[in-house]
Amino acid sequence: MGLDFFLFSILFVFLTMGLGLVVALFIRGIDRKLTAHMQARIGPPLRQPFLDIGKLFGKDTIIPENSIPWLYNLAPIACFASAATLLFYIPLGSLDSVLAGRGDLVLLTYLLLLPSLALTLGGFASGSPYATVGAQREMVTMVSYEFPIIIGVVALAWQMTMLFPFDPNLYAFSLSAFSAHLVWAEVGLFGWVGLALILFVFLLVTTGELAKVPFDVGEAETEIAGGLLAEYSGRNLALFYLGDCIKAVAMGGIIVAIFFPFNLSPLLSISGLQANAVDLLFFFVKIIIVLFFSLMLIRVGVARLKINQVVDVQWFTFSLICIVGLLLVWVDPWLSPVLGILGG
Amino acid sequence: MAKLTKSFHRALWAFHINSGSCNGCDIEIVAALTPRYDVERFGIKLVGSPRHADVLLVTGPVTRKMAKEVRRVYEQTPDPKVVIGVGVCGMSGCVFYESYNLVGPLSEIIPVDVWVPGCPARPEAIIQGVTKAWEKLESLRGKK
Ligand code: SF4
Repeated sequence: MGLDFFLFSILFVFLTMGLGLVVALFIRGIDRKLTAHMQARIGPPLRQPFLDIGKLFGKDTIIPENSIPWLYNLAPIACFASAATLLFYIPLGSLDSVLAGRGDLVLLTYLLLLPSLALTLGGFASGSPYATVGAQREMVTMVSYEFPIIIGVVALAWQMTMLFPFDPNLYAFSLSAFSAHLVWAEVGLFGWVGLALILFVFLLVTTGELAKVPFDVGEAETEIAGGLLAEYSGRNLALFYLGDCIKAVAMGGIIVAIFFPFNLSPLLSISGLQANAVDLLFFFVKIIIVLFFSLMLIRVGVARLKINQVVDVQWFTFSLICIVGLLLVWVDPWLSPVLGILGG
Repeated sequence: MAKLTKSFHRALWAFHINSGSCNGCDIEIVAALTPRYDVERFGIKLVGSPRHADVLLVTGPVTRKMAKEVRRVYEQTPDPKVVIGVGVCGMSGCVFYESYNLVGPLSEIIPVDVWVPGCPARPEAIIQGVTKAWEKLESLRGKK
């Protein structure tokens, strides 16, 4: 590993970062536009998120008197940084991720928690009653969505370890392994149903993870004035905004990498740089489709849940569906061949 | 510190203060967000906290109790900011004219940049008020 490799890595990090930022904001623009169209409105232009960010960076940044300044200012940076770190773990189309082989799905579930944790800290540090209520609500939602996610991850990891039982060098459940092996192709009928259930829960949990309607109890603008973010302004608010956009892309990217790792280039029979570019574009399109189902459609369709309903839905309903999915994946190796014999 | 960037007037976030209005103007403000008028196409959205706001939409004649709060919300809003007084109430008191309970007009409490008259102000008028606010922001940018 010489200097070349080092420089190349740094370049790659900056490229991923820049591309991730632009795409994240762009996707937020598409999100707002589609939402508006579904409500029979015209909606803001696609570049609206860029304008919002530009404006927020130009505004004054107020630090409230009864806040804890260092924590209050650190939280947005931590949120942005941890969300950006997520980007480095996601394989971009046919390109491998920057940090491939240095972390797996379990690490990612922890990383996904960090931006919310930073938000909560910032909410507590801002010393406003609204923000404190928001932070407490956010903590409760965090606890509730973590359980279904981890059950889903266990089921997927189970599937992957059965594929490579004895290879210690292979990171069995890193995202690259998932992209290389289509999970749907490795299981029989039972596993298929199980995976579909897990995918369904993942799509819905994304909504909770990103604190969007109906799970946006922590921000709830109409009841607690923006909740966690109530005191944030200017640059700090912009960083939270960016972190939120990036997290949406990362979450969509994880689902795409696990469940839909298809590439276009083999179909079009092109190779080299061109293929990478086409796959990258296709990857972003897939993210938009995933987010369309997990963010936009739900947001337009339903209103905000109450905090106890959020916990009920995520703890009981989602976890139950995920456990059923896990069981189906588990029994799949024995039952599906039987089914095949009966059918044949 | 605060700079007036070019993106500023294409991304105005509004916070709405009711300083004792009859609720007529408030409903018209909400009407401006509905599919029929859809101010979000100009990047305008209602926010829940004055810390996020660029525009303060103040309705009502400012009652004695609300004067302190209006001033406080004005101070809580980060610079640069624009204040739009919606409805005749804030200008003269309208139907509450000479009530014992008023400390208005609004312009004696906080500096108002744009007035939108009407009782209640029509959504079209509110949108025009926002374009007037753009003009003001542009002239401010010209000065710098
Ligand atoms: S201007 Fe008229 S409609 Fe508006 S708050 Fe005053 S009385 Fe009500």
